Amino acid sequence: MKRDRTRDAVLLVPGLAWLLLFFAVPLAIIFVVSLGHRDQYGGVLFDRIGLENYLRALEPDFLPTVANSLKYAFATTFFSIVIAYPIAYWISRYGGRRKALLIVLVMLPFWTSWVIRTYAWMIILRDNGVVNSVLGAFGLPGPIQLLNTDLAVILGMTYGFLPFAILPLYVSIDRLDPALVQAARDLYASGRSAFFHVTLPLTMPGIIAAALLTFIPAIGDFVTPDLLGGAQTTTIAKIVQTLFLSARDWPFGAALGFLLIVVTIVGTVAGLRFLRREVIG
Amino acid sequence: MSRDRNPLLTLYAWFVYIFLFAPIVILILFSFNDSKRNFAWRGFTLRWYPELFGNNALLDALGVTLQVAFISVVVTTLLGTLLGLGLARIRSGRAAGASDSLILLPMVTPEVVMGISLLLFFALLFNANGSLLQIAIAHIAFSISYVAIIVRARAVSLDPRMEEAARDLGASPRAAFLHVTLPLIAPAVAAGGLIAFALSFDDLIITSFNAGVGSSTLPLYIYSRIRFGVTPEINAISTIVVVATGVAILIAMQVSARRARGRAAQE
Repeated sequence: MKRDRTRDAVLLVPGLAWLLLFFAVPLAIIFVVSLGHRDQYGGVLFDRIGLENYLRALEPDFLPTVANSLKYAFATTFFSIVIAYPIAYWISRYGGRRKALLIVLVMLPFWTSWVIRTYAWMIILRDNGVVNSVLGAFGLPGPIQLLNTDLAVILGMTYGFLPFAILPLYVSIDRLDPALVQAARDLYASGRSAFFHVTLPLTMPGIIAAALLTFIPAIGDFVTPDLLGGAQTTTIAKIVQTLFLSARDWPFGAALGFLLIVVTIVGTVAGLRFLRREVIG
Repeated sequence: MSRDRNPLLTLYAWFVYIFLFAPIVILILFSFNDSKRNFAWRGFTLRWYPELFGNNALLDALGVTLQVAFISVVVTTLLGTLLGLGLARIRSGRAAGASDSLILLPMVTPEVVMGISLLLFFALLFNANGSLLQIAIAHIAFSISYVAIIVRARAVSLDPRMEEAARDLGASPRAAFLHVTLPLIAPAVAAGGLIAFALSFDDLIITSFNAGVGSSTLPLYIYSRIRFGVTPEINAISTIVVVATGVAILIAMQVSARRARGRAAQE
């Protein structure tokens, strides 16, 4: 028996070693680099170590970038959940034998390349795109500027991350025993109050999971702000991309990357702690 | 309680499905539009498709993408399957908890962070600035977790007595694994491999930080072209990619569904 357990542990070694070497170690390197500063050729120097890169991220001229990132991520999370909840509910309650197919259909666009899906929205939202062409055909004055707006970014992200919200919500709603709602109704709760006092609280774990699964990719996405928000729209992730791929200020980029990790970990831990309290208490 | 129908909600559901598929349908439609500037519908044409085969930059990018995906799928499926099997067997203790965290972390780390972390890792420790191999290593790093979780879910549901029975009948551990366990987890391994392929084939953000000169992938190529505007050629490339991934996913689901049904029939 003891020998078996050792043999089982051996199975873990190659995969965990890969993750340690190519995931954990590089993450640690981000932090180390964030303490250094750049030399004139774009290299990294460690002759004076400090938090100057983090202080730069707190300067007032960087504030709009941080605000944009948070605005896009929070708006995307909010709209994804609001749009996803009713459809997840519908699939669970009325999907019948076609539930699996309906879920597959939700996930299918997710398998389409992220760039291509964003590009599709460019075709739709451009000044001479699908929406404005349709409006023009009805004789409306135009074109309305849709591309390169906050609306376009939030729309594109919500579209992209919607499946991540629908899936956990569906799992959570489907697990809910309909008898509990029935009991509330039998005790003269209106449909509305049964929803708000029974269904919604009991599916809170799904909502938290959906929030995490949309917020994290939204805060790290630079493709959508770049393509749908236009060149002048900045987000933390977009600045990181510029700092690494064209401006070559790796230490500052690393500091911003590390801040993104902190935001993600704080969000995940808070979400998980909330879930645990929900389940236990 | 009226559990029969809710017409308003059903209508809403239809709208959401239309919202999910309309952009992709429009994209495909415009790849057949006979207008260079792609503004309005000018009639049906197939002429953008043959032009793709004369585009060397595009074909090179496709070649890189497929090579990276091949390496990534092979290594990821192997390591992820071993990891999933190991995790299914070691279910308790501190080691299991730590392994779980190490597997979940890559899934909740923003892609841009993973991208720059690997760029720094290779640049500072190995003085390497992007290559096909570097992209493949990065892809394996973010795909292992998906395969491990899928395989673990299947392996946990296996009856351990199956392998024990094989051992009792004189099979070596190796034979018991190859002839009993492996066929039972095969659908999960196949599904994991497919997901690894899709993750690798589509990835843009992490790849963009680890690609070097001459190792541009298809999503990177499309991204760089899109930034200069909308063209029918990009619609045509995109359509091919969408249809290829869509068909692959549908076939894979068909296969795993048939296996599940076949097993249910046997029992």
